[in-house]
Amino acid sequence: MSKPIHILCAALLGSTLLAGGPAAAEEDTQVRSWAASCSACHGSAGASVGGMPAIAGQDRGKLATLLKEFKNGTRPATVMHQHAKGYTDEELDRLAAYFSRQRP
Amino acid sequence: MTSFSRRDFIKATGAAGALSLAGCAAIGQRKPIARVVVIGGGYGGATAAKYIRLWAPQIEVVLVEPNPAFVSCPLSNLVLGGSRTIDELTTGYDNLVKRHGVQLVRDTAVAVDADKRQVRLAHGDPLAYDRLIVSPGIAFLYDQIPGLATAEAQSRVLHAWKAGPQTVALRKQLESIRDGGVYALHIPKAPYRCPPGPYERAAQVAFYFKQHKPRSKVLVLDANPDITSKKGLFTKAWSERYPGIVEYRPNSELIDVDARTLTLKLLGEDIKADVLNVVPPQRAGDIAKQAGLITANDRWCGVDWLSTESLAVKGVHVLGDATLSAPGMPKSGFMANNHAKIAADAVIALITGREVNPHPIIANTCYSFVSDTDVVHVASVHKYDAAKKTLVAVEGAGGLSSVANDLEGKYAQAWAKNIWADALL
Ligand code: HEC
Repeated sequence: MSKPIHILCAALLGSTLLAGGPAAAEEDTQVRSWAASCSACHGSAGASVGGMPAIAGQDRGKLATLLKEFKNGTRPATVMHQHAKGYTDEELDRLAAYFSRQRP
Repeated sequence: MTSFSRRDFIKATGAAGALSLAGCAAIGQRKPIARVVVIGGGYGGATAAKYIRLWAPQIEVVLVEPNPAFVSCPLSNLVLGGSRTIDELTTGYDNLVKRHGVQLVRDTAVAVDADKRQVRLAHGDPLAYDRLIVSPGIAFLYDQIPGLATAEAQSRVLHAWKAGPQTVALRKQLESIRDGGVYALHIPKAPYRCPPGPYERAAQVAFYFKQHKPRSKVLVLDANPDITSKKGLFTKAWSERYPGIVEYRPNSELIDVDARTLTLKLLGEDIKADVLNVVPPQRAGDIAKQAGLITANDRWCGVDWLSTESLAVKGVHVLGDATLSAPGMPKSGFMANNHAKIAADAVIALITGREVNPHPIIANTCYSFVSDTDVVHVASVHKYDAAKKTLVAVEGAGGLSSVANDLEGKYAQAWAKNIWADALL
């Protein structure tokens, strides 16, 4: 049992380093904090636990198009049109890119 | 967060994996770089605790909360209407501990010593912190209603404005009312927690009466000059769905309450009811007062909205209903969740020496149920304005539902599920 544990540990430590080390330093914390607002409806990092569209891991271009269609009113919505109008196109592009990188 | 997380690991490998993971943690864990204490495990505090751990696992987080579980205020009016139970609105804190490594202390914070950077607890040893997040919710100003000074009076005339036993007790009172009885709800002057909440409550009680006690009345006595939120949507829902049941009276200034006779003493008239529900005026929760965080009107805590750091006490951040809201910002669970994310990001930045985000953006949506299925919302987006040094509601964004509808009823239930998971799972 002890050998597999150490292999697992090595793997985990590796991933921890990736998550908390150099990769984290480069992470765009600004878009991460903007996106966290959306999580109140769409689930943490966009991974909905049910009933709201899951936006994590969707295609970046598709997300950007959807968001801009909500913003300009060409896509019918109950509430997203009102949220999308609060953001510049550049902010929506960064949000689309962020959510496309999250695990569904 | 794109890498293989602890949580996925536990999911994938089950209990044995979790065991060996514990072993790894002992081998791999470095000493925490700082400790953040969070007071209050509601929409604000629980979310802040989780997000600091998610975004900065190298920071230790201690959450101080006296209650055994989180009970949601949003949706609690549905317990009064009869379509939801309080258990369905209750979520434990165990996942914050197990999945996210938050240290939970079941205790009440009674004092903050900002010089020593310590929180004193009612029972346990003092907790040292590097940064403190205070998310205490509201306290009621019973001193403004002399007739409700005693615990006995408060148990007869309920507020049910903190979800839990009071919600269940109010539902019992409504169940025991006779057909033809009067339920009277008094609303304090704004600002108070959950602006649309009282009007939603009126609809929910009317929904129950219409089915079970159709000759009963809902009397809404509002200290404000008008309905403070979603006015057109609520008046339409009341008059079309509950004609003859809901009556609304603005400018109903409360002088006192007689809890024995269930009488509201308003400026100019007395009103007797069969069930009397008084939402008292409010201020920031007790620990905020004790810690000297209250800066506005003896009631609310002013903060720097870039970081949620207190304007009065350095190193202490305040979230949620307790804050002096920025313009256009309601006191809602959604906002508290979003405040928590500004706070988590800023606290991590301040601890690790990175720049605090100069341009936070947050949002709000309040869903209100006008029946068991149909919902209306109000939404807004809030951006930091560097010239005004506060968050301001973005013009042209946000807005209302056009009419109550059941699609938004489904989204509102889904919202609740997702925001509870976002804070606690
Ligand atoms: C109040 C809850 C709420 C908030 C906050 C919210 N959304 Fe949505 N979102 C919805 C709902 C509901 C829909 C379905 C369309 C509708 O009815 O508005 C949706 C749809 C979407 C879609 C389309 C998904 C698809 O596959 O069709 C995207 C993309 C999206 N939202 C992104 C975002 C982003 C980015 C944010 C934050 C800036 C955000 N949402 C904030 C509720 C919300």
